[in-house]
Amino acid sequence: MSAVLPHPIDHGHDHDHDHAHGHPVGWRRWVFATNHKDIGTLYLLFAFTMFLVGGTLALLIRLELFQPGLQFFNPELFNQFTTMHGLIMVFGAIMPAFVGFANWMIPMQIGAADMAFARMNNLSFWLLIPAAIMLVLGFFMPGGAPAAGWTLYAPLTLQMGMSMDSSIFALHIMGASSIMGSINIIVTILNMRAPGMTLMKMPMFVWTWLITAYLLIAVMPVLAGAITMTLTDRHFHTSFFNPGGGGDPVMYQHVFWFFGHPEVYIMILPAFGIVSQVVPAFSRKRLFGYTSMVYATSSIAILSFIVWAHHMYTTGMPVTGQLFFMYATMLISVPTGVKVFNWLATMWRGSMTFEAPMLWAVGFIFVFTMGGFTGLICSMAPIDIQLQDTYYVVAHFHYVLVAGSLFGMFSGFYYWAPKWTGVMYSEFHGKMHFWLSLVTFNVTFFPMHFLGLAGMPRRVADYPMQFADFNALASVGGLCFGLSQVYFLLFVVIPVMRGKGEPAPQRPWEGAEGLEWEVPSPAPWHTFETPPQLDRTATKVIG
Amino acid sequence: MMTIRKLGYGATRAALAISALSSTGLALAAGNKNVTDLPGGPRVLGVNFQPPVTEIARQQNELHYWMLIVCTVIFVVVFGFMFYSIVKHRKSVGHKAANFHESTAVEIAWTVVPFIIVILMGAFATRTVVAMKDTTGADLTIKATGYQWKWGYDYIKGEGEGLGFISTLDTAQRDLSEKATPEGNDYLLKVDNPLVVPVGKKVRIITTADDVIHSWSVPAFGVKQDAIPGFVRDAWFLADKTGSYYGMCSELCGKEHAFMPIRVDVLSAADYTAWVDKQKKALAAAADDPKKVWELGPLQARGEKVYLANCAVCHRPDGKGAGPVKPLDASPVVNDKDPNAQILTVLHGRVPQGMPAWQGKLSETDIAAAITYTKNSWSNHTGQLVQPADVVADEAK
Repeated sequence: MSAVLPHPIDHGHDHDHDHAHGHPVGWRRWVFATNHKDIGTLYLLFAFTMFLVGGTLALLIRLELFQPGLQFFNPELFNQFTTMHGLIMVFGAIMPAFVGFANWMIPMQIGAADMAFARMNNLSFWLLIPAAIMLVLGFFMPGGAPAAGWTLYAPLTLQMGMSMDSSIFALHIMGASSIMGSINIIVTILNMRAPGMTLMKMPMFVWTWLITAYLLIAVMPVLAGAITMTLTDRHFHTSFFNPGGGGDPVMYQHVFWFFGHPEVYIMILPAFGIVSQVVPAFSRKRLFGYTSMVYATSSIAILSFIVWAHHMYTTGMPVTGQLFFMYATMLISVPTGVKVFNWLATMWRGSMTFEAPMLWAVGFIFVFTMGGFTGLICSMAPIDIQLQDTYYVVAHFHYVLVAGSLFGMFSGFYYWAPKWTGVMYSEFHGKMHFWLSLVTFNVTFFPMHFLGLAGMPRRVADYPMQFADFNALASVGGLCFGLSQVYFLLFVVIPVMRGKGEPAPQRPWEGAEGLEWEVPSPAPWHTFETPPQLDRTATKVIG
Repeated sequence: MMTIRKLGYGATRAALAISALSSTGLALAAGNKNVTDLPGGPRVLGVNFQPPVTEIARQQNELHYWMLIVCTVIFVVVFGFMFYSIVKHRKSVGHKAANFHESTAVEIAWTVVPFIIVILMGAFATRTVVAMKDTTGADLTIKATGYQWKWGYDYIKGEGEGLGFISTLDTAQRDLSEKATPEGNDYLLKVDNPLVVPVGKKVRIITTADDVIHSWSVPAFGVKQDAIPGFVRDAWFLADKTGSYYGMCSELCGKEHAFMPIRVDVLSAADYTAWVDKQKKALAAAADDPKKVWELGPLQARGEKVYLANCAVCHRPDGKGAGPVKPLDASPVVNDKDPNAQILTVLHGRVPQGMPAWQGKLSETDIAAAITYTKNSWSNHTGQLVQPADVVADEAK
């Protein structure tokens, strides 16, 4: 029996009072959902849909870039693809997917009955649907979708058509959804932990999400401010960023990246949390340096507020500004390094097995670290002068966002899907998905480092002939990477959602610890309705 | 540092050879068999920075090699541990899990050591940052203005002061791109008027822009400086080798972003002086008297050149426009007996719809010529002639 699809009453647990409440059934179960597990499922399905939409746009980009010359799309449409690919992946896929994980796992991991604000939880999700529709419909508006890049730099945004306004509105709504989700997560974590679950006993996934939620509340309003000023510049003749009226286009970049850099960590910290749970589980050994992991995550979050202008070395900052942002950025590699070392020390002298979640976690550590090193190289201002706005940057942030966030999410999916669905996914298909993705990911993005070093700018619809070979290679790799995700949908996601596969035991993973493994698989609709009594480590229920 | 550089170049060559071997088939697939390296521009299967011709670019190269070496060493050591552990400490080989899970000494060690490493990295880079930003004492100052989608160069101070011209992608290149028949080593890098500078002189580039943000970039010089409308920024280079060097606009600036290259010709001192003389003479000869009365034929011929260089990007060479860009062919405004509506549109633009204002960017004679050309081309047969004086009159309005 799956917790994902069948009607909750079918679970047959003797929760008589549930019946008294009168569960909504059919489509009402989802539209009026207040259950954290149902809302988590909605978030994950929404995010995966947007991931496929954004991925399709990525393949259209790679199609045009397969060969030099404009074969398929005019440059304006090409710019719309790159812009929408970025917006959809960041705001439609990665962020909602992590909120889905948070909804499913945080209450179960801290021994709470549900999220603190169940109805606000419903609203946070359902706001995403009109926002996503408004974003994607931009393609069908006069002038097409926004084509100013996902960073929406002024004053290019002033030249966009009406889809710019609908996209700004969509981002406002998504921002409101994120802020509500974050408030919910913070209140849930701080107030609804089972007795004995002290802050320093919380699972790492909960810790990383607590910090992420604070980051979101701090910076989403900053983005809202930047795009609102863009909106008033467009329509109400203000001149915040419009140089024609004395505005400063670079000010937009400062405000945007004050949001944008913490945003990078918003997209990676929950993945750190997932990996910090998967690695100990499959090493059959406790996480090494739990305390330092918490401190490292907090340090990364705090430092993320003072490094934003490393995205702007070429805007022409004064020398002291460049030096400050260079030093501060390099500093971030220290706590990030601590996290990687702790994961390796956890694996060291463990008793490891390599089921799909562990493969994805190890793949994450390996490939994410490469993205970390290229980040260190980009942090150095003189080198970045060469690399800024080239394909090297594209390679770098796909190494941290695809190999980082996405691989982390896949790890979490394989780790927790047995608990969600009550069936084991096919280990063969999970491993195939991993190896296909790992190889094709690198075939796609590794050559982009070379393109960037050799001087190919990003966001160009056509390029000099010398860049042709690596572009062709990246396009072939990109197509295969995309197909690997379709494979995941067909052979892993759909089967487990239909409940096909071996029934999952309550503890499918030998070394996994935590309260989510104290409830049956699939997790009943309601868990921990009364606060459980926990053992000393807060990982087991004793009564 | 020298040895590092040699070692780096050796490694690059080896990597190049390997990738060249492995991707021969791919090169055929991409259909660019006949392309070779462009000196001063990109190289086929280039896996590293373009060869530097300024001290700053050389320092950037050296820093990059150092970073690569340091990162590779750390990577090999750290992941050596990981893969050793993956092989040895697995359940399937019967390894039993140990029970340690914290060590303050180890935590402090792997916080302090990376901290020291990044401080050293920062210290090494500081010298180059400071040098990069020191634009004082320039021999020649040139203003580079980004337009959608071309570069304007004005020689502000030094030998050649007073020169100024627009540098645009060669129109044939844009057609090759549109027809998807790219060819040539300088595909998308060929410009009509390259920037010309003398060798061995410190050149300060002041950047600004007219519409949106662009970025003036030449990899071989190690220069990339955003050109920001309403603001001026600066950068500098001192090229120590003559030749042509190429770059591309490096900040998304709208639909033709991929089609505004930068080419800088570095000439010897004598050649540069000769070039300046020639330019000054040409400038004097080309100076138009806006009072001159033109015949239809020569004005139309001149108009065709002006149209193709400035208008055809959006309105297309056949005058049919594209997408939101209005067609000029059979346009009521163009065919109107009263030319003033069209003259005013060209002078002031229709900025919200994307048509820029051309007043001040093109001379009155050029504007008159372009309008005359549109009035007598394709299916437009008005026979009308717009004189520079008509444009001057409308400018006063």
